[in-house]
Amino acid sequence: MASNGIKDRVAIVGMGCTAFGEHWDKDASDMLIEAATAAYSSAGVDPNDVDAYWLGTFASGISGMVFAEALKTPYKPVTRLENMCATGSEAIRNAAYAVASGAYDLVMAVGVEKLKDGGYSGLVVPTPDGDGTESSMTAPAMFSLLAPAYCKKYGVDEAQLKEVLARIAWKNHVAGAKNPKAQFRKEVSMDTICKSPRVAGMFGVFDCSGVADGAAAAILCRAEDAHKYTDKPIYLKAFSIAAGPNEGFISGDYDFTTFKEVVVSAQDAYKQAGVTNPREQISMAEVHDCFTATELVLMEDMGFSTRGEGWRDVLEGRFDGDGAQPVNPDGGLKSFGHPIGASGLRMMYEMWLQLRGEAGARQIDNPKLGLTHNLGGQPGRCVSFVSIVGKDIG
Amino acid sequence: MSGILRYGSYVPFYRLDRQAAGIGRGERAIASYDEDAVSMAVEAGRQALGGARPDTLVFATTSPPYAEKLNAAAIAAALDLVPETRSLELGSNSRMGLAGLSLACDLAAAGRTALVCAGDVVIGAPGGARERDGGDAAVAFVTGPGDQAIARVRGSASSTSEVLDVWRTPEERFARQWEERFGIEVLAPVSLDTAKRALAAAGVEPAALARVVLDATNRRDVAEIPRALGLKSEQVLDPLVDSVGRAGVAHAGLLLAQALDTAAPGDLILVLSTADGCDALVLEVTPHIAEGRPQRSVAHWLASKRTDLPYNSYLKWRGILPFEPPRRPDPARPAAPVMKRHQQWKYAFHGSRCQGCGQGHLPPQRVCVKCGAVDRMSDERFADKGCSITTFTLDHLAYSLQPPVISTVVDFACGGRMACELTDAEPKEVRIGDTLEMTFRRFYTGQGVHNYFWKARPVR
Repeated sequence: MASNGIKDRVAIVGMGCTAFGEHWDKDASDMLIEAATAAYSSAGVDPNDVDAYWLGTFASGISGMVFAEALKTPYKPVTRLENMCATGSEAIRNAAYAVASGAYDLVMAVGVEKLKDGGYSGLVVPTPDGDGTESSMTAPAMFSLLAPAYCKKYGVDEAQLKEVLARIAWKNHVAGAKNPKAQFRKEVSMDTICKSPRVAGMFGVFDCSGVADGAAAAILCRAEDAHKYTDKPIYLKAFSIAAGPNEGFISGDYDFTTFKEVVVSAQDAYKQAGVTNPREQISMAEVHDCFTATELVLMEDMGFSTRGEGWRDVLEGRFDGDGAQPVNPDGGLKSFGHPIGASGLRMMYEMWLQLRGEAGARQIDNPKLGLTHNLGGQPGRCVSFVSIVGKDIG
Repeated sequence: MSGILRYGSYVPFYRLDRQAAGIGRGERAIASYDEDAVSMAVEAGRQALGGARPDTLVFATTSPPYAEKLNAAAIAAALDLVPETRSLELGSNSRMGLAGLSLACDLAAAGRTALVCAGDVVIGAPGGARERDGGDAAVAFVTGPGDQAIARVRGSASSTSEVLDVWRTPEERFARQWEERFGIEVLAPVSLDTAKRALAAAGVEPAALARVVLDATNRRDVAEIPRALGLKSEQVLDPLVDSVGRAGVAHAGLLLAQALDTAAPGDLILVLSTADGCDALVLEVTPHIAEGRPQRSVAHWLASKRTDLPYNSYLKWRGILPFEPPRRPDPARPAAPVMKRHQQWKYAFHGSRCQGCGQGHLPPQRVCVKCGAVDRMSDERFADKGCSITTFTLDHLAYSLQPPVISTVVDFACGGRMACELTDAEPKEVRIGDTLEMTFRRFYTGQGVHNYFWKARPVR
């Protein structure tokens, strides 16, 4: 038994991504058509060349027909999948494994979410019929539990942490301001962030990611075939998923300063990719900044920062767009919102642009290895996804 | 011979300051937004039960959460009574609390052990006397054989009057009351006659009474009794008008509980309630009183309160004042089969504990999160176990009639953790490490289904 991975066996050879935002004028199918068409065109392939599809959507449709009927794909295999906030990433992972198995030559991973038609604040999670005893905590409340726990464990006072969290929001909005596909394309001052109305615990509105619609798609093939489609493929080094058993809300040991699922999935991914020092070897990362405190804890869980020191790295600008280890160079969930099925693919789209040197004003200097990360659930009980991608084989 | 074995009372945390609300003087007790007659009856029942194992449950209320569906069944489930329990529900007028106790004493004389719970949320049209004078509370008594009783029944009497005094059709929210002077004319003689008959049945002279509890839909219906019986003012119990208000079916029992809180062996108590007739009981307190008292007295509940609730919050809580809902979906109706499968969790608050490694699980699990043992769990009731706050947050986004929702993660001292809503608490005063106790609440009503479950509250 082992998590062997598929390092360098599969490549991404084309991608498409819609702008993210409040698309009052678009159905989910419109966004799927836009993202898929852009991906076909990016890889220079005809839709008929694609052998199979993996569609990630959390709640914007049921079954592969959502895609097949939008794109009129001729009786191809389309699998619809869902894994909470890791849904889009899960589409890439499953598509890549299908290619690595040899079952198909050319596949597409595509994700979409239409969140803005509901008319609600924040995310609404459809749940199975229940007994009415389930916790009513909203997502910001769940993640806000991280902040006081972090302060207590590492002796950081709340005002100091508030500044750290604001710094994360500020950084991601600076990046988003440079991204034409982002939902929010404006820098926001530290003062505005700090003074934004409270949502939950220490979190103000600007500590929370937005709610947006969007779609993104990737075309994958075996690494040895990649150059048939593009001169600059990107190579998949590692995929890892960890689904937690809810230890955090059962065991008294859990202290709300870490995501065990993230630690496990990151370590597994590093092992698959041969990464031994993530702080030095990972050139850039797109991580799940659903809330500012999430990003802070992720830096420590993924080994970018030493435990208890992440907040210093944040303040010192290590994770800024021009820092030593840029995190969320495209603006993150903070700037893009979080159309669930699309987010993981949107993160991969930034890797695609950065590793190919096509990120424009956001371009990082010669990145080698990138990491994408999603997290669905809450501190203590969640599913975590980590992928590692690279510019070169080896 | 039969009597009361144990008793318990419950007065909710919030009070409406009548002066601040512009409706009079003093305070009235008000059920929180997440309480109703059933949930308050459970709280009083928990106080009363101790180790008692009643075979019969009687629930009285004029404010039943369900017009059709046995409200007593939810009480039985929350109190973890055995499924073989016989259950009865009384309503329709405020006398049914004392009538229920009288009935339970008769059942006890026939060899049964009964738990009587009475709870009411008394509402009235804004600005009216019923809103001003009403109160919300609950009380509970366990009845059984006289030789174990803390208070034995010496005598009782009843009467029934067909009279249009207080009435409400099922379609109406607020009860109406006929001109008071008419009620006095008709019901005062009935009250006095019933009191006299009860005393005669008991063979007790009025002067021998240590305490007299007089309750009526209109206080003046019983106002003549002290003079007519030659009672001294110190014999007649304060009706708690300025601290609780008249708590419907619970009121006579609440006053009796207050009398029992301080009674001495040998004390004789007359308790009387008038509404569409009258019920009266004469009780004699026994030496068992010392061990039969609940953990919390009426005075204890009265001292534990918050009085600064705005009048408009009260009106919102009772559904009288419409308000702007949050931009969030309405809470979902819980599903009947899931509630049934999880009844021991949802109502009785049973978790499970791994017999292999001791890890507690709330809700109960089949597979242990610590050691992985499968189906090696024992059942455990956590309702009366203490816990403390491990971490918490104030959720301004979640749906609530009293935002922000205080969401906590609590750890039980006996081992076991859960995410839990905190109620009866001031958000600014919550701290990590605070000790809490569990309380049975009505979370919300979705599509006509009341969703009951447990919350935590600061120890009252």
